[in-house]
Amino acid sequence: MNLVARDLVLSFETSCDETSVAVIENGNKILSNIVATQIKSHQRFGGVVPEVASRHHIEQITGCIEDALRDADVTYDDLTSVAVTYGPGLVGALLIGVTAAKAVAWAHNLPLVPVNHLAGHIYAARLVEPIEFPAMALVVSGGHTELVYMPEEDKFEIIGETRDDAAGEAYDKIGRVLGINYPAGKPVDELAHQGKDTFKFPRAMDSDDNFDFSFSGLKSAFINTVHHADQIHEELSREDLAASFQQAVVDVLADKTQRALKEFPVKQLILAGGVAANKGLRERLTKEIASFKDTKLELVPLSLCGDNAAMIGAAGEMLYRHGARADATLNADPGLEFEWLADEAK
Amino acid sequence: MKILAIDTSNKPLSVAVMDNDQLLAQTTLTTHRKHAEFLMPVIEDLVKKADLTPTDLDRVVVADGPGSYTGIRMAVTAAKTIANTLGIELVTVSSLLNLALNVQRADVLINPIFDGRNQNMFTGLYRWNHGTIETVIEDQHISLGKWLPAISDYEQPILIIGDTASFEDDMRNVLHSRLLTANPLMGIPSAALLGQYGLAKSPVEDVDAVVPRYLRLTKAEADWKKLHPNEDTHNYVEKV
Ligand SMILES: [Zn+2]
Repeated sequence: MNLVARDLVLSFETSCDETSVAVIENGNKILSNIVATQIKSHQRFGGVVPEVASRHHIEQITGCIEDALRDADVTYDDLTSVAVTYGPGLVGALLIGVTAAKAVAWAHNLPLVPVNHLAGHIYAARLVEPIEFPAMALVVSGGHTELVYMPEEDKFEIIGETRDDAAGEAYDKIGRVLGINYPAGKPVDELAHQGKDTFKFPRAMDSDDNFDFSFSGLKSAFINTVHHADQIHEELSREDLAASFQQAVVDVLADKTQRALKEFPVKQLILAGGVAANKGLRERLTKEIASFKDTKLELVPLSLCGDNAAMIGAAGEMLYRHGARADATLNADPGLEFEWLADEAK
Repeated sequence: MKILAIDTSNKPLSVAVMDNDQLLAQTTLTTHRKHAEFLMPVIEDLVKKADLTPTDLDRVVVADGPGSYTGIRMAVTAAKTIANTLGIELVTVSSLLNLALNVQRADVLINPIFDGRNQNMFTGLYRWNHGTIETVIEDQHISLGKWLPAISDYEQPILIIGDTASFEDDMRNVLHSRLLTANPLMGIPSAALLGQYGLAKSPVEDVDAVVPRYLRLTKAEADWKKLHPNEDTHNYVEKV
């Protein structure tokens, strides 16, 4: 037996198309992080089909638990708590993780900690370095584009979010026009690095006096440009199209983030979520952050940008310390959101 | 042997805790469809009331479908996770067979029905033979129009139970006096009968591989299969 008691979280993540179970020690060390991805299955349909996702999660869930415990070399007796994503996400997918986590917590008499998926994405940063507060997070994924202000470690306040498409969603949609199957983020990013911003697509809401985003106008401008060229049989450079699209996305994200940092000085800016793996965005934020002397940029490592249970364990340990608990009635909450920053807090 | 039996295949939720074939505690609810919220609390409550702890359990018996997709998912996910995490046995039983267990008589063919919408049904045909229930026609997802000719040639009366309302009139037009109906309470699954039946069945060999008995592909997969008839549909999920 160890002399110093270890805090061990068994964590579950099934909000979309990845079944993942992890064991996290003391909130910041990954002992195991099993991720079973369904991408190949959903590629048949050009995007995630919720009913299919849910069916795959059931196939995978207990095997992932076994692997996570085995890889971490721990038993149920060693565990401190069970953490699970309960929203936001696809309801039928979330329910598999929630049900499995509740069953494990009950069977082994362990406390159950409900975790917001986006808190997980942000807390992935903690698996590399401690988060310093106040902190700001730019969370960009297939389903979300949000600026989150964190005055303390268990306080998450939205200061801006997308009014329409999430950034990742926009990538998938314009990817389809370029003949790239879902998920299009990485291939479009690679293509963009070989081209130039020649099309100068609109930067929506970039000059507005708020921290909200919008990508549907950009998406439409992109699609119209391609369709128009098709009609007059003009061949456009795919590289330049990708570069122009990405530049517009990155400009809006970087400008809004920069403005948010001016209004909310923080010690750390965390770039998190699936789209945080985007090279263009990482390069741009790295450049921008140089003018904020007191703010450190924390780029979540590529391996932890996508959905995974390690990040849920990292957030789960923190929430557990702050008393977050769920009982056996815990349900999936597909539309779960952080609260908006109250006006008086500004 | 201590058994936990679960059926949430459709709107009713039924859970029982048994000691061999003796019932210790049972709850059956028909008032809601909130299985996600109610299933684990009911399990927790019944095991406690039976004066047991989870680790006392030896076997989980689950009605694994067909039924509502969400319903069978809840039951199967809970059942396989409990069996896996406690290292105990898991037995799976058809949800239609479980309903048929409510009719303990040998003079009829038992036809349990779940509504599959648009005049489709999840159904099968069962009978008792010397104290054992037997499958006469396998569970399937089928239209009423195709099911009727399949059952019209048997000589015995056919007793329908379950979601019979939208099918009864059409069935009577074909089967006439050979169609029997039952007390509607027989259309509500009993986890105690499920547990008793599961006591004699052999457990599954691979708990991890257990999935609900959907008996119907998702629309996306069905459409895709039409276009790709020879494609191997296994190994679509990869651990990375
Ligand atoms: Zn995510």
